[in-house]
Amino acid sequence: MNFDYTDDQKALKEEARRFLMAVSPLTVARGVLENPAEGLDPGLWARIVEQGWCGAAIPESYGGLGLGYVELCALAEELGRAVAPVPFASSVYLFAEALLLVGSEAQKSALLPLVASGEVIGTIAASEAPGVLTEAAVKARVSGGMLTGVKLPVSDGMAAGQAVVLAQGDAGPGLYRVDLTGPGVQREAVSTIDPTRGAAKITFDGAPAELLGETGGAGMAQLAAVQDRAAILMAFEQLGGADRALEMARDYALERYAFGRQIGSYQAIKHKLADVFVRNEVARANAYYGAWALSSDAPELPLAAAAARVAASAAYWQASKENIQTHGGIGFTWEADCHFFYRRARHLALVLGAPRDWKRRLADRLELRLEQEARP
Amino acid sequence: MNFEDSPEEAAYRAKVRGWIEANAPDMSHLAPEERRNWHDKHKEVARTWQAAKADAGYGCISWPVAWGGAAGTAIEESIFNQEEGRAGLQFTYFMTGLHMLLPALLEHNQDPLSLSLIPPAVRGDKIWCQLFSEPSSGSDSAGLRSAAVKDGADWVINGQKVWNSGAQIADYGMVIARTDPDVPKHKGLTAFWLDMTTPGVEVRPIKMMSGDNELNEVFLTDVRIPDAQRVGEVGGGWKVVISTLMNERAALGSGSGLSWRDVMQLARQVASWEGTALDDPAFREWLADLYVDAEAIRLLSFRTLTALSHGKAPGPEGSAGKLLWSGLAQNLSSQALDILDHGGLIDDPEMALMNGAFQHRFLWAPGLRLGGGTDEIMKNIIAERVLGLPGDVRVDKNVPFREIPRGR
Repeated sequence: MNFDYTDDQKALKEEARRFLMAVSPLTVARGVLENPAEGLDPGLWARIVEQGWCGAAIPESYGGLGLGYVELCALAEELGRAVAPVPFASSVYLFAEALLLVGSEAQKSALLPLVASGEVIGTIAASEAPGVLTEAAVKARVSGGMLTGVKLPVSDGMAAGQAVVLAQGDAGPGLYRVDLTGPGVQREAVSTIDPTRGAAKITFDGAPAELLGETGGAGMAQLAAVQDRAAILMAFEQLGGADRALEMARDYALERYAFGRQIGSYQAIKHKLADVFVRNEVARANAYYGAWALSSDAPELPLAAAAARVAASAAYWQASKENIQTHGGIGFTWEADCHFFYRRARHLALVLGAPRDWKRRLADRLELRLEQEARP
Repeated sequence: MNFEDSPEEAAYRAKVRGWIEANAPDMSHLAPEERRNWHDKHKEVARTWQAAKADAGYGCISWPVAWGGAAGTAIEESIFNQEEGRAGLQFTYFMTGLHMLLPALLEHNQDPLSLSLIPPAVRGDKIWCQLFSEPSSGSDSAGLRSAAVKDGADWVINGQKVWNSGAQIADYGMVIARTDPDVPKHKGLTAFWLDMTTPGVEVRPIKMMSGDNELNEVFLTDVRIPDAQRVGEVGGGWKVVISTLMNERAALGSGSGLSWRDVMQLARQVASWEGTALDDPAFREWLADLYVDAEAIRLLSFRTLTALSHGKAPGPEGSAGKLLWSGLAQNLSSQALDILDHGGLIDDPEMALMNGAFQHRFLWAPGLRLGGGTDEIMKNIIAERVLGLPGDVRVDKNVPFREIPRGR
């Protein structure tokens, strides 16, 4: 029983924080906000790649560091705190995890070392149109090894060189690997609520597509399993962002005076921030449990993932909006940094499917758990 | 991060689970109402169970052997509590004594008389209650007015206490009284323990809005007790209050009562537009939010355990657990009534689903948000002690107690 990082993991996390404070101050995120064409900061991305973080949880046999998932969670928490404008989530939590979970041996051997070394940025392309992503909503189709269809929005779709694409095949929906720099792929940048994380509309018109793994038809379940793993990692980004938004609000409440005293001495502010703290603790507890489930491949993983995501999405939303509220008018300006967190909170809550979607998954999994518990 | 039992913990769990199964009291002869807290028959079952635990070394697992404990770890104690909960054996009669008052007493007093109070409490033969709050000092616990005046070798206490859980059945109480009204309020308090049959102690039950009687008023009229029953230093009462309240919040935050499992079980039995309430998307969305909070309460108690197992005291973060738990109890019971629709009105245990447990909880829930520190006090603690925000403007600070303005 240990509700905490180990000492080694703490040291890694502290080192990551120091590093990101040096290379990723909020001015870097602001730079991408002002010039969103690329949707990332290439200099920062290069520094992160140099650290080997992309391969933190990728096994050494595939060119990674093989540190483990709790270590990757620690890095995610720090990247979230830094609101880092990099395609880490798409490449590491989604693309690499899809390969690890679904890919064939040949696919893993070919691509994971490139993700780990940062030579390739990967992403996942699932959504096509507004609304819940059901099987019926997947119109993209692979026929004779060629993909046709439109994916919108694709996070980091401009920066990525490779994508895992959800598309209909002869056996039903499947996950396919597509080279985004190859023929039949047309990309255009899309403006989103969080310009510090790039997005694209990708049109496939006879793009060569290779089925991930050996058997098609299980794409929806495979995507859900990949998303479960990504949800836990992303929950740590959300938690890191939520913690920092709370700290910003706390610091401002100490610094700002009104009616002759610090605004942080008024219960209207204190209780608001205490509520944010409680939400963050709920997110932390559920995220930690998710990290344990992920690192030990526990059967609780799907339920823990849904709980981690629901809790983290709620916490970051609350922390980021109340941070603006605590700052007052200045918090609403372009100049202040508060909106980075507000934007990122919503971005992270939507990219894997909205909280509503995950609450539904959570309830399904609770039912399953009760059924399992009832069996002798 | 590891939420699994170590091999030693798993072995301990298996051992205590076996022991609990073999020794658990039979409650099948009790009517639904008799299974509720504070019912005489319920209390007798609890006492028998506590004695059996004490005889087997499970009475106060983490206490030193000299105090009647088993010198076990906090983790072992928690595993035992979890297994008790799993077996439906959650009794609160002895918590005030064993988890709040007696540890605080022993922190300050190690004399033979004080030590003699311990074994009967561990066996459940003697029940303790807290005599802290007063009509004029609720959240402002240091503002109490009951006075203890030294008279030779004795103290004479006069005043009125209120919201005293279990005082109607308690054998002993710990009382905080003002021994010096000429110093600021926190500095003039002293703690004492007393036998509830001491002349001048009068307990009057308070009927709560749920119809139950857990709380009481306790009137203290010329209650004479020897100086040997003083706990800690004269003027050191506030320290005793703090250590007991921290214990209380840690205990309250660990989350007993109806759970998401119960509410799912209920939802399964209730008709909705299509299928049961469990099939209703709105209910499912609510259930997900509830689970996330309930799970956090369970997991945060592991953080407390992690701290304890590293020899650290649980921090003020425990206040988050208490806030969550009391809010959840109210939310859960209210939502349960909602899915029952018209049927949610019925609280007759013979007629209502799950013996009216949700209706009963619904009427209890407001008290959970008040007892052991109100929601508002918990938020102040979080804001000031965790986030480091300034205290509110205080007009009673550094003022002799007798000069502090007071209302009615």
